[in-house]
Amino acid sequence: MVRALDKTLQENNDGPIVVFEQLRKNYWLGAVELRVLRGIDLTIERGEHVAIMGPSGSGKSTLLNILGCLDRPSGGCYRLGGQEVSQLDDDQLSLIRGARIGFVFQSFNLINQLNVIENIETPMFYQGFSERDSAERAMELARLVGLGDRFKHRPSELSGGEQQRVAIARALANDPLIILADEPTGNLDSASGAEILRILLTLHGQGKTLITVTHDDSIATHAQRIVRLLDGRIKK
Amino acid sequence: MLSFRLKRTLKMGIKNLWMHRLRSTLTTLGVIFGVSSVIAMLAIGEGASRQAQAQIARLGSQNIIIQTVKPPEDQQATGQEQSMLEYGLTYADAERFRDSIPNVQVVVPVRRVSQRAWYRNRKVAVEVVGTVPWHPETSPTHVGMGRFLSSIDMHYKQTVCVVDERVVRELFVFDDPLGQDIKIASDYYRVVGVCSAQEVARDTAAVDSEASRGALGQGGANVGNIYIPLTTVKDRFGEIKVQISGSTGANIEKVELQEIIVKVGALEEVLPTRDILQTLLERFHKKSDYQVVVPLELLRQAKRMTLIFSIVLGSIATISLLVGGIGIMNIMLATISERTREIGIRRALGAKKLDIMVQFLSETLLLTLAGGILGIILGSAVPFLVTHFSRMPTVITGGSLVLAFGISVMVGLFSGLYPAYRAANMDPIESLRHE
Repeated sequence: MVRALDKTLQENNDGPIVVFEQLRKNYWLGAVELRVLRGIDLTIERGEHVAIMGPSGSGKSTLLNILGCLDRPSGGCYRLGGQEVSQLDDDQLSLIRGARIGFVFQSFNLINQLNVIENIETPMFYQGFSERDSAERAMELARLVGLGDRFKHRPSELSGGEQQRVAIARALANDPLIILADEPTGNLDSASGAEILRILLTLHGQGKTLITVTHDDSIATHAQRIVRLLDGRIKK
Repeated sequence: MLSFRLKRTLKMGIKNLWMHRLRSTLTTLGVIFGVSSVIAMLAIGEGASRQAQAQIARLGSQNIIIQTVKPPEDQQATGQEQSMLEYGLTYADAERFRDSIPNVQVVVPVRRVSQRAWYRNRKVAVEVVGTVPWHPETSPTHVGMGRFLSSIDMHYKQTVCVVDERVVRELFVFDDPLGQDIKIASDYYRVVGVCSAQEVARDTAAVDSEASRGALGQGGANVGNIYIPLTTVKDRFGEIKVQISGSTGANIEKVELQEIIVKVGALEEVLPTRDILQTLLERFHKKSDYQVVVPLELLRQAKRMTLIFSIVLGSIATISLLVGGIGIMNIMLATISERTREIGIRRALGAKKLDIMVQFLSETLLLTLAGGILGIILGSAVPFLVTHFSRMPTVITGGSLVLAFGISVMVGLFSGLYPAYRAANMDPIESLRHE
């Protein structure tokens, strides 16, 4: 387990954190080939905050899935932290996801049977942390996002904003290279949304690389760079 | 590190099962009933077979029992009403067995007469067994009080008797039987010893009672045996039996011996000796007025029967366990489609296919293990109740517990593998989008 981790996770500390070269993704719908991504070239530097925008059908979700190593590109190159990941197998991709990427979803995606601490521990559990280390780190992260008094609560006992804070803490658990936020404020009222945005921006301020997918221009304006997608290509 | 994973996986499993208590309970019931029926059926089967084997073993596995059987009546004989029917084993047979077959150790000629025995004002139906002093060598009958018959009793045709415990219970109740006189037919016999009751396998009992029942006319179960010297029986009861039955008139039969018990030195000699005995008997008996019973062979047959019995019962129970397994598989498939989103989340957070598989497989195994343990408890209680209420002996063997538990684990693995495999191979993107 630890050995496999060492072999799979090679890191090159120099250079950009995400590199897409002529990235393509095709789907087959019966006999029709659907070309969702038609050659994406994108470079994201370490510590950058990038917003990805685009109308539905522009290939935004597909790009996000590939960024998050949930999916493999049909062609082209994807280097994450200097490591080529487009040809890895399922188990290796699982490892990369767990160790390199922190997901923040629109609908929080917490596990309802688990309490706050256990939810934050989940990624560490799959990375093979010890029980004590993961519990300590989970509590530290929960305090960081302002949930110091909610350790034993279930997601159903928390407000939307609090749930998203748990999700952010969980995304930070393995100290990932990038935080992928997919419409992080989409399901929240404006006050909670602002709070979540504030936390994310604070993290970025601390040097985290943040990639946000959003419809919301007011969120996108906080980003250093906005990447607009249209019909599977980046709009210049 | 590994133990944390295991602990967390099990904790998750228990939590999930606990969240759906009713569902888990109902699912487990299939396994509980399956396991308990395996155990209960095997216990009942085992009990029945041990009882049968014990009964047969009491006949003595080194023994060969030759019994007198009334030959099938041919038409000519029935025509002559007053003729005397002479059949059965003779003293000459017993002597021939002793003299001509070297590996015969003990020969016990036995004559049985059904009679009524009186003590004061109590009366019971007994079987009077005329036998020789060395009778105990061929059967596990042991003398508890007093002594068995002696050669002096034989020689002087003494009117002494040894009664078995059941007769004592019925006839003497609270009195000390030793030294008392029992009246059988028109004579008094002094009790010199009390021996343990000998159980006779039912089929052999049926055969000899048919032959010796005549004197009393009515069948009636005998309370027990009263042993008196063979010579005394011959003297007092004779060998000729007259039975007056309605229309056919008098029916006269002459039988010397009802039974000859032959004991050989070793178990391997039983079957060859039986063949020799049969050859010998065929030469001197024109009619087929005897039958040879070999307890050893009965024992082997009983064991074979038990095996078949166990296989039949076991497979019925296993089928019910399989049905339980299918129920579990069904529920697990439903659970997985219900928890698709959770699977997607876990995959996104770094769970490998194997991690997902282990998680769901461990839930299934927890269910079947719980079912297995509860099934063992229930399955052990059922034979106990059966024994308590129906007096049927049951034996729970350790093997049957292990077998039932092992099968339940196998069922858990078998019914859990496919749902776990399905869960593991769900597309993470699809399952994250699942509502």
